[in-house]
Amino acid sequence: MEKVAIIGVGFTGARPDSPELSYKELMYEAAVKAYEDSNVDPRKEIGSFIGASEDFWDGVSIFDEYLPDQIGGALRPVCSICNEGLHALATGVMHIRAGIADIVAVEAHSKVSDVVNPEGIMHFALDPILDRTLDYNAHVMAGLEMNRYLHEACVTKEECAEVVVKNRANALLNPYAPYGAKLCIDDVLDSTPTYEPLSELDTSNLVDGACVIVLASEKVARNKRAPVWINGVGWCNDTPNVGLRDWGYPRYVRLAAEQAYADAGITNPYDEIDIAEVDDSYSYKELQHLEALRLVDTGEAAGFLCEGAFDINGELPVNASGGSLGMGNLLDTNGLVKTFEAVEQLRGMAGQRQVKEAESALVQSWRGVPTTSGAVMILGNEPSGGD
Amino acid sequence: MSKEYPGNPLNSKDFKKALKTKYVPTAEYAWSAGHAINRFLTGLKEGRILGIKCRSCERILVPPRAFCEECFISVDEWVELKDTGTVNTFAISYLDTMANRIKKPLLPAVIEIDGAGGNGFLHMLGEVDPKKIKIGMKVKAVWKPAKDRKGDITDIKYFKPARGGV
Repeated sequence: MEKVAIIGVGFTGARPDSPELSYKELMYEAAVKAYEDSNVDPRKEIGSFIGASEDFWDGVSIFDEYLPDQIGGALRPVCSICNEGLHALATGVMHIRAGIADIVAVEAHSKVSDVVNPEGIMHFALDPILDRTLDYNAHVMAGLEMNRYLHEACVTKEECAEVVVKNRANALLNPYAPYGAKLCIDDVLDSTPTYEPLSELDTSNLVDGACVIVLASEKVARNKRAPVWINGVGWCNDTPNVGLRDWGYPRYVRLAAEQAYADAGITNPYDEIDIAEVDDSYSYKELQHLEALRLVDTGEAAGFLCEGAFDINGELPVNASGGSLGMGNLLDTNGLVKTFEAVEQLRGMAGQRQVKEAESALVQSWRGVPTTSGAVMILGNEPSGGD
Repeated sequence: MSKEYPGNPLNSKDFKKALKTKYVPTAEYAWSAGHAINRFLTGLKEGRILGIKCRSCERILVPPRAFCEECFISVDEWVELKDTGTVNTFAISYLDTMANRIKKPLLPAVIEIDGAGGNGFLHMLGEVDPKKIKIGMKVKAVWKPAKDRKGDITDIKYFKPARGGV
């Protein structure tokens, strides 16, 4: 099968507000950076443009209409994926593997500061007849999930707080991340309870930002500076039915990971993956996801965390970028931002937060409450995987 | 009918037995206009139509934007345009936003602004008999009084036929 590589990345950085820019100008900035990084002329060389977007976050129905211009895609093959950024990347991989395009641009953005009431949009995602009618804030779904996870995996709130402390400290080393902070466990535990067992500091903040990733076939990528290979992709959805889903264990992440591992030819993830950027939009999610990804056994993530295994200088650095807790939550852009970080790390360009000898990376995204939608991607400095 | 065919016909009461859940979403937005449109809207408030010129393809973009979508470069050469133009296309709308029939039709039209090489924007026509509107017709902006303008596309009330006609 055709190998696919990332040949360029562009990220605006994250920030809580960006009143001076339109979402189009924000996207343009990310696109310009990515095309410069990949040394690609978008108007001549890119064969497919893909955007990840959600109409209700963008505030425009049929958003793909507004996608082309600011990413160089006017009068070119363009499509949007109403899903998370990693799903759009997976679609780009498919376009190249299928021989439709040699170079693909994948875009996602968050201009959530344009949304007056994000809580209303999140509420709108609940099942309209059963769950929404009960009239809870959508974050309640995360509180319910956290409680079941703590119960099943014998994890404590203190251990979840450790995730917050680690990621916000990592963010201090990342100029793209606005929520860097030196916190202690008690800061997190004493923060305002929101959806118990969740408290305020367990939850990432919604932020603006745009990210563009340029993919290429092996033929093109071999002539580019520092290509990073996409060796595996996987994605999966569990049932949306809240009575039927597994509240303690994200089965969809496990299955997405198995698909990606099979694609990449990985049998022992803990030994074969050097760094991981996983969803941590709520503190407990990082631990729950690491277990579902088989990077550690179920119930063991908290132990590894407290021993420092997931620190930047640990055995398996997790969210060296600061994760969503340190970066902020860019909605459907989170997966691309995590991919951006993985590429920076694998290229050895991650500055103060550089992980030593990082050769392979795992990126995982989750689409947020109330979804059970996840995706996984395996990256490496060398191509691998089955035929 | 019931004699010819077996079974009982449905009536409107039966349909009410199928339960429905109503919900009005709370979806509110406040879009940042951005560098280019901000300046355009500020111009409208001042009674001016501003465009921007791409140094590569030399097109005048109106409404202006921060980048040229054809050349994919940033653009920043501002130009003031006239408030006159030509009807590129038009329609006569006998239905309103929610498709209710209205007596006096709306007159949406795409106006090519003079000096912008065929570029322009969607607006509306006024002071004109719908039957007399023609593609290629010369038009001129009718502005709201300065005190009522607020930096909005509706600071131009409509475009009316220009003196001198077609």
